[in-house]
Amino acid sequence: MKIESIGRWLDERLSISTIARTAQKKEVPLHRQSLWYYFGGMTLFLFVVQVVTGILLLLYYRPSAENAFESVQFIMTEVKFGWLIRSIHSWSANLMILTLFIHMFSVYFMRAYNRPRELTWVTGVVLLFLSVGFGFSGYLLPWNEVSFFATKVGTDIAGDIPVVGKTMLRFLRGGDEVTGATLTRFFGFHVAVLPALATVFIGAHVLLVQLHGMHVPARYEKNYRRMKFFPNFIMRDLIGWILAIGVLAALAAIFPWELGVKADAFAPAPAGIKPEWYFLFMFQTLKYIPAKILFFDGEVIGILFFTLAGAALFVIPFINRLPEQFPRRRKIFNLIGVIAILYIAIMTVVGYLA
Amino acid sequence: MGKKQSSTQAVKVCAGYRAPRNHCRSRAAGQLLTAIVITLILASDSAAQNKSSCIECHTRIEGKIGDPARSIQDDIHLSRGLSCNDCHGGDPTQDEKVAAKDPRKGYLGRPRTVDIPAFCGKCHNDANFMKRFNPALRVDQEKEYSTSVHGQLLQTGNEKVATCISCHGVHGIRAISDALSSVYPLNVADTCAKCHSEAARMAEFKIPTDQYDKYKRSVHAKALYERQDLSAPTCNDCHGNHGAAPPGIASVANVCGQCHARQAELFQASAHKVAFDNLGFGECIKCHNNHDIAAPTDELLGTGDKSVCVSCHKQGDKGFVVAGEMRGRIDDLLVQIDKSQSILDRAERAGMEVSRPKFELRDAIDGVTHARVLIHTSSTLEVDKVIGPASSVAEKTYQAGEEALAELNFRRKGLVVSLFFILFLAAVVYLKLRQIESRQAAQPTAQ
Repeated sequence: MKIESIGRWLDERLSISTIARTAQKKEVPLHRQSLWYYFGGMTLFLFVVQVVTGILLLLYYRPSAENAFESVQFIMTEVKFGWLIRSIHSWSANLMILTLFIHMFSVYFMRAYNRPRELTWVTGVVLLFLSVGFGFSGYLLPWNEVSFFATKVGTDIAGDIPVVGKTMLRFLRGGDEVTGATLTRFFGFHVAVLPALATVFIGAHVLLVQLHGMHVPARYEKNYRRMKFFPNFIMRDLIGWILAIGVLAALAAIFPWELGVKADAFAPAPAGIKPEWYFLFMFQTLKYIPAKILFFDGEVIGILFFTLAGAALFVIPFINRLPEQFPRRRKIFNLIGVIAILYIAIMTVVGYLA
Repeated sequence: MGKKQSSTQAVKVCAGYRAPRNHCRSRAAGQLLTAIVITLILASDSAAQNKSSCIECHTRIEGKIGDPARSIQDDIHLSRGLSCNDCHGGDPTQDEKVAAKDPRKGYLGRPRTVDIPAFCGKCHNDANFMKRFNPALRVDQEKEYSTSVHGQLLQTGNEKVATCISCHGVHGIRAISDALSSVYPLNVADTCAKCHSEAARMAEFKIPTDQYDKYKRSVHAKALYERQDLSAPTCNDCHGNHGAAPPGIASVANVCGQCHARQAELFQASAHKVAFDNLGFGECIKCHNNHDIAAPTDELLGTGDKSVCVSCHKQGDKGFVVAGEMRGRIDDLLVQIDKSQSILDRAERAGMEVSRPKFELRDAIDGVTHARVLIHTSSTLEVDKVIGPASSVAEKTYQAGEEALAELNFRRKGLVVSLFFILFLAAVVYLKLRQIESRQAAQPTAQ
């Protein structure tokens, strides 16, 4: 009786029943490709895991060159379940990038970005770059040898971008070299700037998905069933999320995230410095590009290519319009997508083995 | 107004004075002419001064007489502006042989072997002169040489001994920091061996000729040639260079102690010092040898077959017991360290964070190194002062390894339990979903 009255009190003020009725009415298309719909939700879930574990890590982490490594070491060895929280944070970050890529390519191949979902795609691409930014800034925070030199190499590459490179390098590093100032800056990006931006864009992305509903690929448009969003779809999502927690727990227990040795700016760079796996295909490509291409610097050309490829992601929905009316263009886009996946996969494996 | 301005412009500042423009031009032309004449005079004078008829003529001569003129091109003296006449005298501006080699102009010719130290010493003994080239360079080489075995034999008239040119070369003398110099650290042993490995040459002096071969096998040679560690000792570091002499038995420890200071200090205060002196043993070299000094191993200590202690100490005497004790202490600590290292490696391979105990274990490893130095005290008590704390560290790190493995075990068990609940929860949600969907399928809907 008391709970009911609280419920009525809240409903009067928050219109919960209206939201619940809308949720009950909401439906999700059911066809042979429906599996891909779950990757968006999975990515969001992993993001939430990172927010929660990230906040817990913040209770002990100290963002300075003098203390960062020791504080992470303290988390890993002294804090009760600190090892679990840090390992889950790192593993979920990597799994999130993976599910994000799967989500993006599934949307790409199903052409779910077509009218009226162009802005959903654009906000998604922004979120991809923000996630990569999360990865890049978070990688340095333990202040270990590998992360220090990988950040040095990564920011060096950013510094090679024509015109804005030098300014960008100084902006990222907070000076000419990777120092404690870079760590403080990356920490700021990682826990304040990027989360604020990500909150805005995740909000916009989810809102747009709710507004337009799930896209149905053309071949199933005339013949597909529907499933209730609540509880059918959300319960399936829930099963996936519960299993994801299991996977994260297993990875954290069996392969706890390594800490390595503390960064030493005066030590020589160790052999085989590599960035996180999702940067590896670009890193490996830059290694293969000759030093000079005609009169131009090979590395600069490579960086320009990836910058343009990143920018091209934004305009895909505006180029590949009305795919059903232009089957040739549709095939070209499919081919580009397949080549991109193969290229990323092969170069990542080559980079990993190199 | 315009006229006034042009007349003003016609006056220009010239060499600090205000003068009309035409006067200024003629004055500048005069100055230019003077400058050209002075430059030509100076250039011709400089050309005459730099001229070396010695090099010009000798370069053209094939064979031995021409060699000095060719090899001097790499010589440090030539590169510092000195030439043939600065050592040999004469007048290099003269093209005629007789005029160039005029004794009235100080021509000395080729010095006799016995005169070579003084010949080089003319400049190298002169502090004021040498300062011009290198203020840090010593100027006592000739004096030092006179104290060497080489120098003393030379004073007796023996010309088979080494003089300055035997080691430094004659006309192609390079700086000692030049890797091609015959006295560059990597080349010193070969330079000495040119004479000292030649049995026929050394027969007269009744000294062995196997030093070079022995040295090449030594720990010092390995450091110098394999690790390219130029601070590793070569012949001159122990024997001296210009004052080269074999160290006497009494001074061996002082020679080794230049680098191995702590060991030498401990030895001097040990019971061995008096015993060695009484027995006439050459301190360090008694156990470590001289030229073929091998890398010291723990086997040298103790009572085993390869121990050097047993060459003097027999079973039952005090030294024999102490040697066995010291070796035992070090061996025990090594076993402890090995156990700790092994368990920490296992934990690390399993993904546990053990960098702190691994770092701490270095203290125990340092303890072994320290104990190996302290054996020169010949006192188990002194060795124990280091072994004790090091052993505690090794024990503590071993416990840390055990705790890490216990934690790993706990995590694995925890994972199994967690996975059970996670899968159970997933199954419950799945079954609930199935139940809901069965109910939905039973209801007539618009689907």
